[in-house]
Amino acid sequence: MLSTSKRSLALLFATILALLPALSFGGDLQFNMTEGVTEVSREVYGLHMLIFYVCCAIGVVVFGAMFISMYLHRKSRGAKASNFHESVTLELVWTIIPALILIAMAYPATLTLKKIYNSDNAEVDILVTAYQWKWRYEYLGDEVSFFSNLSTLRSQIRNEEEKGENYLLEVDEPLIVPVNKKVRFLVTAADVIHSWWIPELAVKRDAIPGYTNAAWTFIEDEGVYRGQCAELCGKDHGFMPIEVHAVSEEKYAAWLADKKAKVAEIKAASEKTFTFEELYAQGEKAYATSCAACHGTQGEGLVGPAIKGSAIATGPVANHLDIVINGSANNPMMAAYGPQLDPVTLASIITFQRNAFGNNMGDSVQPVDIVTFKQGQ
Amino acid sequence: MAHGPAKGLSRWLFTTNHKDIGSMYLWFSFMMFFLGGIFALVIRAELFQPGLQIVEPDFFNQMTTMHGLVMVFGAVMPAFTGLANWMIPMMIGAPDMALPRMNNWSFWILPFAFALLASTLFMEGGAPNFGWTFYAPLSTTYANDTVTFFIFGVHIMGASSIMGAINIVATILNMRAPGMTLMKMPLFVWTWLITAYLLIAVMPVLAGVVTMMLMDIHFGTSFFDAAGGGDPVLFQHVFWFFGHPEVYIMILPAFGIVSAIIPTFARKPLFGYSSMVYATASIAFLSFIVWAHHMFTVGLPLFGELVFMYATMLIAVPTGVKVFNWVTTMWKGSMTFETPMLFSIAFVILFTIGGFSGLMLSIAPVDFQYHDTYFVVAHFHYVLVPGAIFSITAAVYYWLPKWSGNMYNETLGKAHFWLAFVGLNVTFFPMHFSGLAGMPRRIPDYNPLWADWNMISSIGAFLFGAAQVLFLYIVIRTIVSGKKATQEVWEGSHGLEWSVPSPAPYHTFSTPPEVK
Repeated sequence: MLSTSKRSLALLFATILALLPALSFGGDLQFNMTEGVTEVSREVYGLHMLIFYVCCAIGVVVFGAMFISMYLHRKSRGAKASNFHESVTLELVWTIIPALILIAMAYPATLTLKKIYNSDNAEVDILVTAYQWKWRYEYLGDEVSFFSNLSTLRSQIRNEEEKGENYLLEVDEPLIVPVNKKVRFLVTAADVIHSWWIPELAVKRDAIPGYTNAAWTFIEDEGVYRGQCAELCGKDHGFMPIEVHAVSEEKYAAWLADKKAKVAEIKAASEKTFTFEELYAQGEKAYATSCAACHGTQGEGLVGPAIKGSAIATGPVANHLDIVINGSANNPMMAAYGPQLDPVTLASIITFQRNAFGNNMGDSVQPVDIVTFKQGQ
Repeated sequence: MAHGPAKGLSRWLFTTNHKDIGSMYLWFSFMMFFLGGIFALVIRAELFQPGLQIVEPDFFNQMTTMHGLVMVFGAVMPAFTGLANWMIPMMIGAPDMALPRMNNWSFWILPFAFALLASTLFMEGGAPNFGWTFYAPLSTTYANDTVTFFIFGVHIMGASSIMGAINIVATILNMRAPGMTLMKMPLFVWTWLITAYLLIAVMPVLAGVVTMMLMDIHFGTSFFDAAGGGDPVLFQHVFWFFGHPEVYIMILPAFGIVSAIIPTFARKPLFGYSSMVYATASIAFLSFIVWAHHMFTVGLPLFGELVFMYATMLIAVPTGVKVFNWVTTMWKGSMTFETPMLFSIAFVILFTIGGFSGLMLSIAPVDFQYHDTYFVVAHFHYVLVPGAIFSITAAVYYWLPKWSGNMYNETLGKAHFWLAFVGLNVTFFPMHFSGLAGMPRRIPDYNPLWADWNMISSIGAFLFGAAQVLFLYIVIRTIVSGKKATQEVWEGSHGLEWSVPSPAPYHTFSTPPEVK
């Protein structure tokens, strides 16, 4: 008959064992690291598995010896204690063998690391700038740049709606890169430290203000690869995903041309005059992406002050332009949006803020006002 | 005539007695362990399912930060200092600590440090929310005003640790009984001597880095502000120059505890005593030259990356020596498995698993995939919970009969062990998988891909929490109504602390014993 403690122990284990599979309802559990889609990511995966197997082998030896000892050398089996307590030979053996294993591990690791560090001869250069809490991608030499924001709906985050497959891993405008070309990422940050990570490319580089870190990839297969910010960067650290679309060279070229045309369009639009309704409608959308995280969807204020009835949104236009374009001198959380957004978007946002949430100022700001304000500084 | 303790509150406020101060450290640490545990359970409750349910992201960040700070500085470090206070004088045959008044002070400033830190929870802006590693500029330019309370709290904790460490060094080097040569000292004393030197070396570095933060925030300097010519990476170098030895500060005394307990219950002397001492010293030395392995992704030059990778891999050698020595100590012993032994064996097994993931993390190119994911969270919880927490728990079961004069209830002790053991593994083992599957750490919400692992972890965490409530009950019950313990307590016990009656009298070794 087992003792009470042993019986309760057996019961505990049985319960846990019964519970575990029940938990994994309907999901296929991912246990291991992704192999990824590049030569480097496959090498990294190989190193990961190699060191894992080495650890397993050592574990079998060490834990095996422990369990044999715990079984054989227990007092209840009548084991008598020996008195040996020293052996220089043994100490040498278990110093030298692990050291040799480590050297064997260090060699391939060094080779892979060298490869990762060689970002020379890239065919496409992309400047990745991290902001709280979004990414900006600039195709160097092509005058194309844009922000990439989380596109998951707030209602999904608040559990009011069912979550999609790419919940929190989807963006409004993904990064487009060509396959079969060496693409270099120059990673930096505008405010705090972030980290740009795509598991399937095995690329992770910290985005640090004042630094530009280089990383690179060479993707062979077209596809969508998702990642997230990997360095705590404040409130919405968990809400700044990365989405990379690897496309064929032709599609990439077409996309780039299209993008360039849009840049010209925006430039032209900056000189255009919009109706109040156009500005308000555009502003409402842009507010949701760029402002609502801090100032609240209803302008009620969250970590940032309320827009509703605020002195700035209901005061002189010049002050409103100043804080949106140049940011706040007192609070670094309010970034300068002048360099981040185009004049049309800025004008729309300001117009929206001055008239939404019961502010009803009745005035509007045109893109040209933004350009003039910037030039006047 | 020997005089006893003072009466009432003044006994505790003004005491210079190492046993009283040791007890206060241990109770304080126990309280902080529960406080930090509550923070952890808030985290696990929020992560039970994808979506935001219980707390807002900013408060979530406050919880991860406070959990780390309270557990490291409030639970683990004071617990080891408490054990040192109780045991070192009794192990080396000294009447008390070398600097008893400073001893009182180094304890009594701690509650104030944590009151400062915890009070921020109730202030506008809330508690520190930048992670226990408080990377600048998130913790400087972008932090809310309560960061100043955090800075002063850390200063006071640092002062407390430095004073505690100086006291321990002074006690060990000056107050050993005649015949107690350095190489005869119990390994717990050795590991604490080395730990104390680590503390004296790195706590001032921590004080320096928070002072630089203070300057950046309030006095217009730009140590860590790139816009003013400063360097955010400098912060990380300075922080981890403190931070890496700090993790060994939290594990070396644990090595000492386990090296005391395993021989007792194997009824066989510790295998390789001198190699254990040398291995501890090697680990302490290496801890100073591996700090940048926490920063493999900041963009160090290739050469720097390689040097730190090799140095980090090297730590596996002396750590392996220790594990092999413990296993060989058990080999051909005559083992029994009382609660302290169970916790010690779990320590060896689970700490080794944490060591394996540590070795995996040391491989820099692979670290790019592990860095800042739940794999890292799994790794350091596997070294800290079975490492520091299990060893402290083992120490409490092992020495509580000596402290209180009463024996704990073995059945309850074993129940506590198995609950904690299962709870720990259910909590932290799945984190290896969620991390490898790509889940970053310190996020309040996540893709459903990782939902199952998180749900399992959360269930385990509450089980582990419940186990610790049982622990509290066992300790109180032992003190209040446990069976009387003998002087030796354990059949295989060995050492000066077992040569005094149970409970240990208020003053022990007023005349030093002779050690042969």
